[in-house]
Amino acid sequence: MAIRSFREAINDALRDALSSDPTVILIGEDIAGGGGGIPGSHGSSGGMLGVTKGLFNKFGPDRVIDTPISESAIMGAAAGAALTGLRPVAELMFMDFFGVCFDQIYNQAAKFRYMFGGTTRTPMVVRGMVGAGFGSAAQHSQALWPIFTHIPGLKVVLPSNPYDAKGLLTRAIRDDDPVMFLEHKVLYDTKGEVPDHSYEIPFGVGNVTRRGKDVTVVAFGRMVLFANEVADKLAGEISVEVIDPRTTSPLDTELMLESVAKTGRLVVVDEATPLCSLASEVISVIATDAHGFLRSAPQKITAPHTPVPAAPVLERAYIPQPDRIEAAIRATMTDRVPARHLALIAAMNP
Amino acid sequence: MTTATPKLPGHNTLIDAYRKMREIRDFETRISKEFAARTVPGMTHLYIGQEAVAVGVCSHLNETDAIASTHRGHGHCIAKGCDLTGMALELFRKKGGLCKGKGGSMHIADVSKGMLGANAIVGGAAPLALGAALTAKVTKSGAVSVAFAGDGATNQGTTFEAMNMAVVLKLPVIFAIENNGYGEHTARDYAVGADLTERTRAFGIPAVKVDGTDFFAVHAAMAEAVERGRNGGGPSAIEAVAYRWHGHFEGDAQAYRDKAEIKRLRETADPLQIFRERVLAEGALTAEVMDRIDAEVAEAVHQAVETALAAPVPDLSELLTDVYVSY
Repeated sequence: MAIRSFREAINDALRDALSSDPTVILIGEDIAGGGGGIPGSHGSSGGMLGVTKGLFNKFGPDRVIDTPISESAIMGAAAGAALTGLRPVAELMFMDFFGVCFDQIYNQAAKFRYMFGGTTRTPMVVRGMVGAGFGSAAQHSQALWPIFTHIPGLKVVLPSNPYDAKGLLTRAIRDDDPVMFLEHKVLYDTKGEVPDHSYEIPFGVGNVTRRGKDVTVVAFGRMVLFANEVADKLAGEISVEVIDPRTTSPLDTELMLESVAKTGRLVVVDEATPLCSLASEVISVIATDAHGFLRSAPQKITAPHTPVPAAPVLERAYIPQPDRIEAAIRATMTDRVPARHLALIAAMNP
Repeated sequence: MTTATPKLPGHNTLIDAYRKMREIRDFETRISKEFAARTVPGMTHLYIGQEAVAVGVCSHLNETDAIASTHRGHGHCIAKGCDLTGMALELFRKKGGLCKGKGGSMHIADVSKGMLGANAIVGGAAPLALGAALTAKVTKSGAVSVAFAGDGATNQGTTFEAMNMAVVLKLPVIFAIENNGYGEHTARDYAVGADLTERTRAFGIPAVKVDGTDFFAVHAAMAEAVERGRNGGGPSAIEAVAYRWHGHFEGDAQAYRDKAEIKRLRETADPLQIFRERVLAEGALTAEVMDRIDAEVAEAVHQAVETALAAPVPDLSELLTDVYVSY
């Protein structure tokens, strides 16, 4: 067991996969170092944020492949290679770039198995950065998991810590379906204990990061850290249970139902925008399947329905902060009727 | 246009090529009739008139070589060796179809035969063929891949990206551009801003323009392209100028072109007739041999379609299967 950063844990998983399976390749922009194996180039800087550092020098240009800035060709090459026997891990750098290549992911890779009557497998991973927090603004900061989760045929992974990142990426590369692996850029330098050996974390199995009995907080990605922080702060006053689903497709709704059956109260915290979101989905599942257990209205804490702003002060307001999570937890302990409904009722009864 | 008359390929290649071209013609002619009779659900895009391209290209390929096809993909399927009955079952959306009736005409595939699927997204195929070529390079299998693209698909950025990346990574992919005069309803002369062969060469890809109604011209161009790919020489392109006899889709009223154009094509640009005349003139195949193939194919197509018409529809349970390998 060693202390590794989130970035190093991902690098470890990639290295293990390349070492143990000759069909695994990495493909993407700058992942070798921008030189694509040209002698004398800096072949191992490992991309924009150094996640693939050192892999080119160890595995060479046939396994760690630099590409032009051509995201459709990268994703299509990964899909076509997966269909014909490789296990490509394609880097999209910033997941926001899915806008120029999503056809190859959602019309092609995600649908092959169904369209072709179950005769094929498409074992590819698309990994890249998500999330706000670096002032990178509207086209480099989005939390896109709801869009990917909406697509039948895709699996979607959203790790919140180094241990999970390594285990989930190992699972993703061994998985026989296309997987979107989303790395929150604010987490890259977070550290934690990570075993040296290779291990898998199964998909669709959430993690209870804090045990509690009063309120269930379901948090996604980076928001797990904030939820844990609030749970620790409130300890002794309110007993908060925090659930990290770890994958959004498949989604471990059983774990959430069991928790709400115990607590009777729910807060969902997500950095993604609110319409048609995971937050909406979780509340829908709980309202449908655990209706009788609810003691108060579920609270939904998300980013607003806006693009991500550039100014740090606005970006901070965009991202759900611990104080909002704390207020929502307190609201579930006291409010039986949401404030906006009270306002509506007041408006209807002048 | 490459005009030198290539030498005829061997006897077995000729027999196989004629049979496959006849299968495409007969199969699709029957599908056209069935579509009119409303027995074929959904949209159907027919390949008739372009038979020499698919067959000329695929006659050089093994099952380990991959092709990525277009929405006009039945011809590519047949040329790559897909089973006629399996195809008919799929087009009629019946149980036992190549894709269990879940793909239909626009997604028909048999990956075990190296046919990576028809593709309902214009320009969708080129990046996928790039991937198959990447597999060939990484595994050192010696295989090549083919990206079929109509003139319409050559205007898509996906095709440009794939062409450039094929050059950069020196991948054994062959771009088989079927210049059939129309992208959906829009004339090539309106929508393609430059000569396609010249444009492809500008990417750094060796490209030739051939008469796509002439099996022998396509076959000869493909021989060079395949040799280049198998020997580590990187990508190639063939622009095959052929003609789409039918509309963009079955039922297309074709208001965008004269009826006389279609009549003229049938009289002067028939790939099967051109093939027949050439092999008869050179004494390579006899009329009797080809007539016998015609009769055999007619029977095979009849059997395939009748089997499909009589077959059961998919079980309702199929709705929920095959989304994931595991979930």
